[in-house]
Amino acid sequence: MSKKPSATIEQKPNASSTSHGQAPINAALTQAQKIELFSQMVRIRRFEERSHRAYTGKNAAGGPNIGGFLHLYNGQEAIAVGCCSLMGKHDHVITAYRDHGHAIAVGMDTKALMAELYGKVTGCSKGKGGSMHFFSPERNYWGGHGIVGGQIPLGVGLAYGVKYKGHKGSAMAFMGDGAVNQGAVHEAYNLAALWNLPCIFVIENNGYSMGTSQARSSAGDLAKRAEGYGMAWGVCEGHDVYEVRATMDKFLNIAREECKPAVVEIRTYRYRGHSVADPDNTYRTKTEVEDYRRTKDPIQVFQAALIAEGVLSSESAEKIDEAARAEAEAAADFADASPYPTPEDIQKDVYWESDNPDQRTSQGRLFFN
Amino acid sequence: MSQLTYREAVRHALAEELTRDPNVVVMGEEVGQFQGAYKVTQGLLEKFGPKRVADTPISEAGFIGMGIGASMLGVRPVMELMFWSFYSVAFDQILNNAANVRYMSGGQINCPIVIRGPANGGTNVGATHSHTPENILAAHPGVKVVVPSTPYDAKGLLKSAIRDNDPVFFLENTVLYGEKGEVPDEEYLIPLGKADVKREGKDLTIVTYGRPVIQSLVAAELLAKEHDISVEVVDLRTIRPLDIDTVLASVRKTHRVLVVEEQKPFCGVGAQLTYMIQAEAFDDLDAPIGRLCTIDAPAIYSPPVEAEQLPNPQRILKAALALLD
Ligand SMILES: Cc1ncc(C[n+]2csc(CCOP(=O)(O)OP(=O)(O)O)c2C)c(N)n1
Ligand SMILES: [Mg+2]
Repeated sequence: MSKKPSATIEQKPNASSTSHGQAPINAALTQAQKIELFSQMVRIRRFEERSHRAYTGKNAAGGPNIGGFLHLYNGQEAIAVGCCSLMGKHDHVITAYRDHGHAIAVGMDTKALMAELYGKVTGCSKGKGGSMHFFSPERNYWGGHGIVGGQIPLGVGLAYGVKYKGHKGSAMAFMGDGAVNQGAVHEAYNLAALWNLPCIFVIENNGYSMGTSQARSSAGDLAKRAEGYGMAWGVCEGHDVYEVRATMDKFLNIAREECKPAVVEIRTYRYRGHSVADPDNTYRTKTEVEDYRRTKDPIQVFQAALIAEGVLSSESAEKIDEAARAEAEAAADFADASPYPTPEDIQKDVYWESDNPDQRTSQGRLFFN
Repeated sequence: MSQLTYREAVRHALAEELTRDPNVVVMGEEVGQFQGAYKVTQGLLEKFGPKRVADTPISEAGFIGMGIGASMLGVRPVMELMFWSFYSVAFDQILNNAANVRYMSGGQINCPIVIRGPANGGTNVGATHSHTPENILAAHPGVKVVVPSTPYDAKGLLKSAIRDNDPVFFLENTVLYGEKGEVPDEEYLIPLGKADVKREGKDLTIVTYGRPVIQSLVAAELLAKEHDISVEVVDLRTIRPLDIDTVLASVRKTHRVLVVEEQKPFCGVGAQLTYMIQAEAFDDLDAPIGRLCTIDAPAIYSPPVEAEQLPNPQRILKAALALLD
């Protein structure tokens, strides 16, 4: 976690949501919308748990269901859900490899997501991208990127595109607390500020980049670096979906109305190891993880708030959870039953021209074996 | 002799050189407290302390460039890239600064840096994490490029790389880290630029390096057993300097060549090799030179399909049979 424990750490789960719940953007939510936010968070949690089970299990042929890396979003759900719930027609999202939560929050089908993890042709990238590379341009979701910090200039480009086309919109470019030390991020900050681009840089500060704590990787405060570029910045707690929405709403409106970028650091925590392969035994204690889960679990916090508001009952929360488990199970069944791509698919989707041979204008050979 | 894994062999080379030369430092992401993303540097922080083994932020351009600068002053940094795929973040530092500074200073400045880490496909980490840049690196005069296939080679070559006065880029393989092999207990060095005949044969030469060496040896065994074909496997070990003489000697013996590389074909190491073989041993060839590469597309994620995109013993066997028809 970050160096200074936040003031809310001692609070009981049901105490922390009330004030931000009264922020106009949250007060305006209908009961159904609140339940939708809650159920999205639960669906992300259950999807992640099911994919974790698939990763550690074996398929019928005795091989792995899922290859490569699997970076789970457990603990951070309120951020993707809170931010993406504010999206309008011209608001865009881009993130790093811990991308399942954002994908679900923008409305991607969990069947296609799970099938992508299984490397199946029915996956959202036809089995070509894997866990780190989810995309859904029709939902303004531009991935899913494996190189730390590499997505941030793209986020500035999305903001540039929005402004260039004369739309009232924004781009939210998500990154981790480790990514802030990539040079590309700083070049992107400067461009966004210099050219007044509607980009919100969202730092999901879960305290660690792999096994390195914030204190061991970053000099100074993270969001405050915005000052060097004359950008606005803010910090908020990421376990409270109301607080995330209230904070982001403010900066998003400035971006949309005044074409101004900002850096927003959202404090959060990841429950699982960096990826499923991380033994998670060199850099933090079990107690640290458990303390966060007990006092600040974003789903528990929101559930308690909604029950206190009379929007949700324990029984209806239970039903939502059951539905989310069933959805994740159905996604795994779908993924399992789907076919793999074929070797012929390897060279598809490389060039627009080779996929559209009747409209090709260049000449010469495109492929070399 | 001891049985060591490839991972341990690299680690022992690092530990021995850290012990031998106080100017050697090891740096990179997660190399210290986390014990290495692939546990190559396990135990080194405890043994040598934080001055010699340093964890860096995720700032490849910054820390690789810093290592290059420090090497100009006589520090001998061994920098870990968690994956060679991340070299592109530090491209300017590696290929403008490290490769050129000696030349541009008229030979006044040396750059004795080693950059090491895995560069391979085969673990389903997708297009961004599966680059094999040995050809791109070796295209730059001023740098040296090493791609070891066995624990023995990895240790002996890394120790030479650390003692070398030029920038050496050392490309390992996550699939090989767990593979075991015999490694002498006493100290040894393997010079850069010396290929190794990993299997003798008379009908066909397979020229290869890195993991495809292991796969070619499997294919060679099958070809011997099932087709009565005797294959010689030449492991380049170093891409630049390139031991073309060992390759040519083998060609003159077998008269047929298959180049196997875990790399895309366009402008690959195999393209350079086939040019040199035909230029220098044209009359010794009984057939056009064959080439087996990774299928020409970004790395696909899908696990069973990625296995088909890369070289594998079955694909090598087929390509060899086609050459002998
Ligand atoms: C350029 C680059 N360097 C290193 C890595 C390996 N890597 C992947 S994730 C990661 C840690 C990133 O931490 P953070 O930005 O805090 O995000 P989090 O994983 O906590 O979501 C590292 C070092 C990478 N993918 N890309
Ligand atoms: Mg982090």
